[in-house]
Amino acid sequence: MTMFLHEMKQSTKMLIIWNVLVGAIIVVCMATFPEVKKQTDELREAFAMMGAFTSAFGLDKIDMMEAIGYYGLDCAAVLAFGGGLFAAFVGVRMLSKEETEHTAEFLLTHPLKRSSIIAGKFAAVVAQVILFNLFCTVCAIASFALIGEEIPWKTFWIFQLAQFLMHLEIGCISFGVSALLKRGSAGFGLGFAALLYFLNVVANISDKWEFMRYITPYAYADPSSVIPHAAITGEYLAIGMVYALIGVVFAFVWYSRKDITP
Amino acid sequence: MAETPLQASSPLKDSSCAIEALKLTKYYGKARGIVDVDLRVEQGDIFGFIGPNGAGKSTFIRTLLGLISPTDGSARVLGLDSVHQTKDILEQVGYMPSETMFYHGMKVKDILALSARLRKQDCGKEATLLCDHLDLDPNRKVEELSMGNRRKVGIVCALQHKPSLYILDEPTSGLDPLVQKEFFNLLMARHEQGATILLSSHVLSEVQRYCKHAAIIREGQVIVSGTVEDLSSESARRVRIQGLLKPPALAGIKNLAIHADGVDFFYQGDMRLLVAALAKEEFSDLIVEEPAIEEVFMHYYEADVDGSDVDATDVDGGNNPGGEPDEPDGQGAAS
Repeated sequence: MTMFLHEMKQSTKMLIIWNVLVGAIIVVCMATFPEVKKQTDELREAFAMMGAFTSAFGLDKIDMMEAIGYYGLDCAAVLAFGGGLFAAFVGVRMLSKEETEHTAEFLLTHPLKRSSIIAGKFAAVVAQVILFNLFCTVCAIASFALIGEEIPWKTFWIFQLAQFLMHLEIGCISFGVSALLKRGSAGFGLGFAALLYFLNVVANISDKWEFMRYITPYAYADPSSVIPHAAITGEYLAIGMVYALIGVVFAFVWYSRKDITP
Repeated sequence: MAETPLQASSPLKDSSCAIEALKLTKYYGKARGIVDVDLRVEQGDIFGFIGPNGAGKSTFIRTLLGLISPTDGSARVLGLDSVHQTKDILEQVGYMPSETMFYHGMKVKDILALSARLRKQDCGKEATLLCDHLDLDPNRKVEELSMGNRRKVGIVCALQHKPSLYILDEPTSGLDPLVQKEFFNLLMARHEQGATILLSSHVLSEVQRYCKHAAIIREGQVIVSGTVEDLSSESARRVRIQGLLKPPALAGIKNLAIHADGVDFFYQGDMRLLVAALAKEEFSDLIVEEPAIEEVFMHYYEADVDGSDVDATDVDGGNNPGGEPDEPDGQGAAS
């Protein structure tokens, strides 16, 4: 518990900054929906003429002129991408920062089992991903209320759940990578999240790249697949959760035996 | 290079030993860390672990504390296995690393409280006492502290839970002389209460002043260990001869310096041969001294007068210039 609380305290500022940043973008973005709605015909025509980009961003499957569609494609893209970056950043630094910042000798010479240190740090990653998603969900609900739009609750909650699970998977995989790294972890984490995001964009453009959906968690959290059916693709989700589990187990196994050098 | 066993090795699990390493070896890939280190530190001892940077002191200590796993060999700390009983070991150890870094943004008092919480102990009173002794402001943020003050935080972290074994890796680097004195006062008080202290250092004067036993490590291997007194007596004697312009032609003469009024050198060999050789010479004065530990250290590290490195065999070999086989006489056995 001490480890968990220490990590949460250490991450408070960063958590607040990311929450406020992404939450504010969601609210501002949704605040523009009434204006967008007024230009329905022009926008539908424009989206139809975007070719590959129309399918890349799921514009062919979601009606942007509905509030939930606009939220999923436009506003929640910030939540998806920003949350992915956040989860990767938190996860990939969680173990490696002790060596990067030369605090490993201080921490690991206290009478704690490595496994309990890893557990405390993993709990902090999960807690931060949960808090981030909770805050962003509150911001999303508030933004719908702000513009006077109804929320289709079932679709909304399933979509938010997909975002959370996607962030959790990225956090878990990054946590596994964190056990390996000593330096450059932040750069790796951000690059990793960005790569996963664009793998999904590529998979949306061409059927030839559809196998990418088995790699990137953005596939099961993609608004164009979640919102129309109010459902998460179980196949992609199951594979994603296996990746997450592998990441966490790897972190425990590897870091428990890792040589800690300054 | 083999260790010179001034201390007889013993099987592991000796309950009188605070630290016991047997053939402890660590390689980082192909890079050497420590090789076949045999070392015993008795309960209640103050043991100096001497060697320059990169010799393997920190690797040895980190292996004892479970920060790194040995490639081969084994070690027990307070009777506990260093690989499988790390948590139990760390409960009883106060460790001060050679480089003291703490979490950014935290105040000194927060670091000390965190350290105590991680040990599930309430060390508030002791921490306050130690901060007062060391003139350390607990309300300062750690990133605002000078290196010396950060070292003080490390000292308090190592001492506040009153462990039975202190492992201190170059603890006085960065401390001013007054704080060093206060630090050793605190340490000696703990020693008087029964604590064991392993002091890794390349400040030889502090090892000579405070330690009962010491070991010298070179290139990952313990080349000699024993009482500080025995280490001095086991090694070469400093010889100063006034009125002599060149040294006697004897094996075992090292670090020769020829002055206008005489010669200085280290002599490691049969003193009777030296006396016999000098009996044929004209000189005005002869001084034979035990070297300071600095000189002992340099003796093991510096090249021979003929340019070849001194190795472990020199410790005994130099005493036997006649070429007869050495006998393990146990001279200088520490305990």
